[in-house]
Amino acid sequence: MRRNAALLSLLLPVAAALAGGAGPATKGGYVSLPGGHFRTALKYEDRKNGVAVAPFALMQKPVTNAEFLAFVQAHPQWRRDRVASVLAEPAYLSHWSRPDALGPRALPQQPVTQVSWFAAKAYCQAQHARLPSWDEWEYAAAADETRRDARKDPAWRERILGWYSRPSSGPLPRAGLQAPNAYGVQDLHGLVWEWTGDFSSLLVDGDNRNQGDGDKSKFCGAGALSMDDRENYAVLMRVAMLSSLQAADTTANLGFRCAKDLQ
Amino acid sequence: MRTAIRRHGVVLAAALLVFAIGGCNRGHDGDDTAKAPIAQAETGGSLKGDFGPPQGPDVQAVLTSPPMVPPPTGRHKPAHVIVELDVIEKEMPISEGVTYTFWTFGGTVPGSFIRVRQGDTVTFHLRNMPDSKMPHNIDLHGVTGPGGGAASSFTAPGHVSRFTFKALNAGLFVYHCATAPVGMHIANGMYGLILIEPPEGLPPVDHEYYVMQGDFYTTGKYREKGHQPFDMEKAIDERPTYVLFNGSEGALTGDKALKAKVGDTVRLYVGNGGPNLVSSFHVIGEIFDKVWLEGGTRFQENVQTTLIPSGGAAIMQFHLEVPGSYVMVDHSIFRAFNKGAIAILKADGPENKAIYSGKEVDAMYLGDRAAPNLAAVATAATAHEAGTLTQEDQVKAGQALFAGTCSTCHQPNGEGMAGVFPPLAKSSVLAANPKRIVEIMMHGLNGPITVNGKEFNSTMPAQTQLTDDEIANIGTYVLNSWGNPGGRITKEEVAERRKAPPPADAASGGE
Repeated sequence: MRRNAALLSLLLPVAAALAGGAGPATKGGYVSLPGGHFRTALKYEDRKNGVAVAPFALMQKPVTNAEFLAFVQAHPQWRRDRVASVLAEPAYLSHWSRPDALGPRALPQQPVTQVSWFAAKAYCQAQHARLPSWDEWEYAAAADETRRDARKDPAWRERILGWYSRPSSGPLPRAGLQAPNAYGVQDLHGLVWEWTGDFSSLLVDGDNRNQGDGDKSKFCGAGALSMDDRENYAVLMRVAMLSSLQAADTTANLGFRCAKDLQ
Repeated sequence: MRTAIRRHGVVLAAALLVFAIGGCNRGHDGDDTAKAPIAQAETGGSLKGDFGPPQGPDVQAVLTSPPMVPPPTGRHKPAHVIVELDVIEKEMPISEGVTYTFWTFGGTVPGSFIRVRQGDTVTFHLRNMPDSKMPHNIDLHGVTGPGGGAASSFTAPGHVSRFTFKALNAGLFVYHCATAPVGMHIANGMYGLILIEPPEGLPPVDHEYYVMQGDFYTTGKYREKGHQPFDMEKAIDERPTYVLFNGSEGALTGDKALKAKVGDTVRLYVGNGGPNLVSSFHVIGEIFDKVWLEGGTRFQENVQTTLIPSGGAAIMQFHLEVPGSYVMVDHSIFRAFNKGAIAILKADGPENKAIYSGKEVDAMYLGDRAAPNLAAVATAATAHEAGTLTQEDQVKAGQALFAGTCSTCHQPNGEGMAGVFPPLAKSSVLAANPKRIVEIMMHGLNGPITVNGKEFNSTMPAQTQLTDDEIANIGTYVLNSWGNPGGRITKEEVAERRKAPPPADAASGGE
């Protein structure tokens, strides 16, 4: 029943209009997104009515091992054996066979993981780009293959949760394997977690049940996040993941992509 | 000011209580029962639970997997105890031929049993395995302090957190993950028990066992085969698919039944992880000689069924007089016979006809639930016929690719989603024309299509990101899975098809 209702919202004319164009404008691996008013899942008090997202460009795919290797070769201060320990924990790029080579556990087309926020930021800067903000990331990731905002569709949510519920003990698929979303961006869900530039201001309490109480100072007086919203918990679980990290941390399923202003 | 008022209130209440007790005693002068102590001596709780700083060398806690319980601490002085617990996300059988992705403390559901002594200082290391997808933490109900350790133990994948607490209250306590959304982490199996022994320890018994109830929510029905994802809607509505002891149907039946002998005294440490249901825990054919209600200090005697709240525990003890199979159930009885809440304790030994005539009924309870070896069945269920070696290679590669791109809609088991995403399993479309899978992947599919007698009307986008090689492997995998006709698709065939014009029902009307 629920799913049938969801299906009806998959109106074909809309789908055709979005998918039938000449395809997204891709330039140097970046896709342009128009931006606009966006209702984010982060219901801080000052943004209950949504946020304005300026036009921006986002990498079509997450950064791959091959791309990150090229960066490390050009900027050897980011080799795992030379990086400052405050900028990356010991597990940084630990799945590479050598500080300057990928090896069997890091295939060229797989998204790069085991990267710290500092390293991701440096990579984007070297590209004259930056990490996307949480708002930009969430805005781009609200789309599915045919709709720019698929968040009300229970099937969309179940797909995301389906990925959350599978362990990531097997090797990662290559970047760009999934169909592009309505903006032409790939792999926002279902491949890796991704850093955002402002991840450290995402304040989900480590103890979920403190919300609305607990350490108010942590929230800068902006109010608390709530996980009680059925529509948004799939997104907020991603916020929880980012909240558990320090900027020097790395994990086996955390990568990134870069963004640029469009002016 | 406020404190002063509150204290006055307490003094007043205490005074009234003394007065009432006095009155009661006077009224029953000369009555034997009145001479029994009206209230047993208090232990003093956390106020008297601090026996000073830890003494002696550090102690590494012995952790056990269910249904085993670590040996008594045997200590008479407070110690510094180190607990190291791993968080592991893993796929395991939940029933015959049914798998589920559990999130676990120590690789089992329930998690490892922890045993310390009141007054111990416990340093807790929570290690989240590198291949975990989620951050996790732990709230131990036996910890005095905000969150029970949760905020201090929030741990990203591949990281470890450490915090220290003094075990001030004796009792049997639940621990669980408290990361958002808490209910989902618990529903996936993130709970276990920690026993904080009273300073004098617990009286020795012949067997101690660890049993924990939990309710589980899968998108498929009870015993529907294949891998079953978590269903958040069912969890919110509190409509469990399974209610289980120790995380899977058959975890404590058949060869895995708990064992004891006639004449033994058995103590059960039983917890209830929830996330939703309260358990009416009962052992068919036994009466609990003692129940430490709610895992606390006092015991009740001669109990038939004891309530265990979600996030609570109880200790039960009984002496075995007669051999046979004793069936443990949640006496909310449909859960036992229709959702899996059954475990068995098997007692061997001589009959005692004076106590029980010996007309046993255990066969009735065992029935087909005595699942002998779930792991073997699960493996067999997922096995599929392989063709030639190279085709098998293609199938394997296709399986990995399928998981990365197709399974989000068509589901890992190829069943699709009713009304939205058509099934690939036993597909009538593929049976009619196996090679059509190539053009559907290449060009997408738009508009109505009837699969296995059901109509779907949706849009599958063209998978233009897939290479010829990848389309060939995925196609071969799908054709050789889930009762499809088999066969093989080569890279060359795909390349040939790419040259031809797209069909009329392509998703984007041509590229």
